[in-house]
Amino acid sequence: MDIESPAKLADLLDQHAYLADEGLATAAFLALRMGRPLFLEGEAGVGKTELAKTMALVLDAPLIRLQCYEGLDAAQALYDWDFARQLLHLKAAEAAGITDAGRLEGEIYDRRFLIARPLLRAIETDPAVLLVDEIDRADDEFEAFLLEVLSDFTISIPELGTISARTPPVVVVTSNRTREVHDALKRRCLYHWLEHPSFEREVAILLRRLPACTEALARQVARTAARLRDHGLVKPPGIAETLDWTEALLTLGARDLDPGLAAATLGAALKYREDVESVLGSGVLSRA
Amino acid sequence: MRDLAATMTGFARTLRAAGVAADHERTQNLLRAVAHLDVARRDDVYWAGRLTLCATPDDLPRYDRCFAAYFGGRRAVRGPDRTATVTRHLAGGEGDGERGQEPVLATASSIEVLRQRDVAALSAAERAEVHRMLALLRARRERRLSRRLVPAHRGRLDQRRTIREALRKGEVARLRHRDHTTRPRKVVMLVDVSGSMAPYAETLLRFAHAMARTEPRATRVYSVGTRLTPITAELRHRDPGTALAEVSRAIPDWSGGTRLGEELRELLARTSVRGAIVVVASDGWERGDPALLGEQMARLSRQARRVIWVNPHKGHEDYQPLTGGMRAALPFIDDLVAGHSLAAFEELSERLSHARRPA
Repeated sequence: MDIESPAKLADLLDQHAYLADEGLATAAFLALRMGRPLFLEGEAGVGKTELAKTMALVLDAPLIRLQCYEGLDAAQALYDWDFARQLLHLKAAEAAGITDAGRLEGEIYDRRFLIARPLLRAIETDPAVLLVDEIDRADDEFEAFLLEVLSDFTISIPELGTISARTPPVVVVTSNRTREVHDALKRRCLYHWLEHPSFEREVAILLRRLPACTEALARQVARTAARLRDHGLVKPPGIAETLDWTEALLTLGARDLDPGLAAATLGAALKYREDVESVLGSGVLSRA
Repeated sequence: MRDLAATMTGFARTLRAAGVAADHERTQNLLRAVAHLDVARRDDVYWAGRLTLCATPDDLPRYDRCFAAYFGGRRAVRGPDRTATVTRHLAGGEGDGERGQEPVLATASSIEVLRQRDVAALSAAERAEVHRMLALLRARRERRLSRRLVPAHRGRLDQRRTIREALRKGEVARLRHRDHTTRPRKVVMLVDVSGSMAPYAETLLRFAHAMARTEPRATRVYSVGTRLTPITAELRHRDPGTALAEVSRAIPDWSGGTRLGEELRELLARTSVRGAIVVVASDGWERGDPALLGEQMARLSRQARRVIWVNPHKGHEDYQPLTGGMRAALPFIDDLVAGHSLAAFEELSERLSHARRPA
């Protein structure tokens, strides 16, 4: 697909109900054009993961997701051998009286015994969108390894040889910044810091995603969400939470954000008991 | 308009002068990026530069200033010249034992006496001797299970090795195993550098340096006072004198007040302390709201593996944790230890190497 400008990409994302501002649209556009990973950093719930999903829809490519966690290692990210099937094959060969070790080795390190994990799958799938989600949760050793894969989109498997991508996947790396990611990795990428959406954009997103929502309600919710973000909460609501909250309000038939309903549905927006208590005790809701 | 490449490299240079790590590779990325965009549009140039040259949210305000200055036709703004304005609190001064200081004659008995004495009451030469011993301290760490697997006699099946052997021998003769290895547990240390801690701050920072040197990958250190400042990178220098000089340049709020509650909140918002041992070195003279400190300590203790509070005054016989901050924090501390003498530091180090949550 030929996407000729950031504005055109923003249009396409909009068709899949993702409203990107100019910065994010330019970032995604350049990632496509330059074949560089896009490194998205920002607080939880600003729409980092969602962008990768929507890019996959726009490009009509499968989304391959690598969720990072502490202790993630190469076998879980790249590939593994299917041990059970390899053993079965050896047993079968033994029963058939085949003892030629060289031949057996060739057979059990065949591609069909290889289990592709997300990174290998992304390299073998053409086209693909690869989401490396929450890189800040993985150990720092993993970054060095990821950097290697993202540098040339080639994976070498000792028993099998080198597998290279015909078309490099579109890569989105996200971080919640709970840890500083190594600069060498960032340098390979386009870096974009994603903020909570502006008031107008948040209203537009609510209306775009929830057709049943009236403009008046969307404006009230967005205004309250902005106030909640300034309230010094443990976990300020992101756009995902505002959407959930609005949906909860709509389900209860709300046409206005009245304080009673707001309080009753607050659990959709806030995820910590301390936050709920602090908001209920403060009168933030009654000024909606 | 001048040659595009020259304009862009000039801009990257301006950013570097302002403290953004816009290195050569990033500048090359910028040149590639503008080739795909409309350079006549100011916004396109803005985003091309921001996406390729910046690396942290801290870079963004500097980027905006430089962009306005450079493309607005005015002179480039210079970043604040930190080295010139910061007073040198620690480095090269009279208390520094690494250079020029007459070493104390260290005999076994004098060391033993010195080990127990409060560092605030030491002469410059004695303190230098304590610092020299701190530099030699092997600040070991409790180990935790790592996710990494290594060959072992029991544990999980090592499929790769089992298959390899079966191939060699023609049959599955023996199952091979592998098991988790261990890694040092992460320690996050906060050193209070406010006015009331002045007699102890340097020694505490030297202890932090010993920890960072022994377990560089598993140690994170921040200074706290009126603001939270990460100083781990500065402490990586092998030489304690150089490391301390770097630290003193990095910390902007020496000898101010303490707002530990707010700083803990920032720490928890910005990094993860899950699974870590958190060491807070402070006397608990909180200027902020003790209630906030209590709340943040509660969150800290829920996330961290263990919270150790180091209070130099704990070393004095009649010490009672009566300050507002100390009282608010106390319910959430696993261990309250002294940090006033070499012996106290050795004990702290011992606790870090065998840390277990008390039952």
